[in-house]
Amino acid sequence: MDIHKFLVSPAETAQRHGPHDRIVMSSRVRLARNLKDATFPGWAKKPERVRVFDLIRPAVESLPEMKDAFSEAMDNLSALDKQILVERHLISREHAAKSSGSGLVLNRDETFCVMINEEDHLRMQALRPGLQLRQAWSAIDHLDSELEKKLDYAFNNDLGYMTACPTNLGTGIRVSAMLHLPGLVLAEQINPIIQSVNKLGLAVRGLYGEGTEALGNIFQVSNQMTLGENEITIVERLDKVLSQIIEHEENARQTLLEKKPKVVYNHIGRAYGILANAHSISSKETMNLLSLMRLGVDMDLFPGTQRALVDELFILTQPAHLQKQLSDKLSAEERDLIRADMLRERLKNVGRPVAKHFGAPGMGLDKSAN
Amino acid sequence: MQCSNCKEKPATVHLTQIVGDKMQKLDLCEDCAKAKGVNDPGGFALADLMLGLGVSQEMEKSSGGVEIKCPRCGFTQADFKKSGRLGCPECYKTFAEGLEGLLKTMHKGTRHAGKVPEALRESREQADRLKSLQKKLDKAIKEEDFEQAAQLRDELKQLTPRGTGLTVT
Repeated sequence: MDIHKFLVSPAETAQRHGPHDRIVMSSRVRLARNLKDATFPGWAKKPERVRVFDLIRPAVESLPEMKDAFSEAMDNLSALDKQILVERHLISREHAAKSSGSGLVLNRDETFCVMINEEDHLRMQALRPGLQLRQAWSAIDHLDSELEKKLDYAFNNDLGYMTACPTNLGTGIRVSAMLHLPGLVLAEQINPIIQSVNKLGLAVRGLYGEGTEALGNIFQVSNQMTLGENEITIVERLDKVLSQIIEHEENARQTLLEKKPKVVYNHIGRAYGILANAHSISSKETMNLLSLMRLGVDMDLFPGTQRALVDELFILTQPAHLQKQLSDKLSAEERDLIRADMLRERLKNVGRPVAKHFGAPGMGLDKSAN
Repeated sequence: MQCSNCKEKPATVHLTQIVGDKMQKLDLCEDCAKAKGVNDPGGFALADLMLGLGVSQEMEKSSGGVEIKCPRCGFTQADFKKSGRLGCPECYKTFAEGLEGLLKTMHKGTRHAGKVPEALRESREQADRLKSLQKKLDKAIKEEDFEQAAQLRDELKQLTPRGTGLTVT
């Protein structure tokens, strides 16, 4: 099956809404599971990986949640297909690097994605728009309970679910949310927030997870500890911390508008100016500027423009998505030109940002004191 | 000193992190330090790196330099040091000693407190009951409360399926 025909279009994806989606772009709960009496994928030889894959794949496909799912071995996907799945946050970058003996099963509406033979035999994830950690947990809990009837999991009474990496041992759970925090970044409050979140035993990562930078002011917050407490406790702690981060972000935006409106308008105006007029732009710059435009939409500076347009462009301007729309293989420089063309075209009906409360003329940029 | 990440360039950045009562040291070259975000207090990758290195240090200490190998999958400590991942579920038994301290620093506790596969739920509860009864029995014997001990022994006998070879003294 062609993954491009299967995937929900970026326009439709951007239209999906969930609670607090101004700030929380998506919620995810993933569970790591392994089969009893089988070597972990990273250490297993190819024949064993294939054996495990052939055992797990039909079991996953037979789940009611996976009716009409997209199911494919990684060696049948092109590098571009894999990169698109990474850009959609459906598979990890590690999984994209895998080939024979690994695969994925993705359900019709992209709310469940199961990676087979990533770091563990099974990495199953439930995805939801906005802040919906509890819903994602109960969905994946159910899927896992169905699957345990068909597969023999490696489970130990003391250590719980056995995982390739000791950091996932026990529950094998990773609860995470992707947050858009331009207010905290602009107000220079993001580092103390990250530090205090770290102190609570939670990890803050960049856009594509482990070891990646926070492009577009997007951060992933997730639990780190998996052993010694139950799943609900972990989900609820993260939920509580996220509500606080949301509050801090809203406060930061409010304070910025009150104390430093010129700084905010300057950032957003320049972002719009470049996005709507550039003739060459990298994906990194695009993401950082789209983040500011998204902030502008949230602050009502672009009347008549929906956040969905910005979110769609977030997806469409990433390298693999851009490449997919063209027949010829492009170099990064050529892509920068095409990306700029697309942005100018898509933003041509978006008017300049409207600054609502201007300071007195000649007031200059806001003073940082006061 | 060599960089502990790329193992190529000399280490110029030295980090020490104390988690609980465990000290972890990290020596990086300038490039790796930058790549891992050492200069950025938000430090995305740093915590992961620290965790991974702590693992191998801990394991080495516990084995006293003797190479342990997993009898099921042939995985060795050196492999663990390289990847930070284990070879198979059995490895947790093979490397149990080295892993114990590590799990303590990594997690909230060292005993699983979450979901249990339904098919194993009953046997796990049974095992827990047996364990706690045995503990009480040991205590009763130690305190020479033989009346209590006899009662606990009978309870244990009833719970123990015949032929498991569990001896109650």
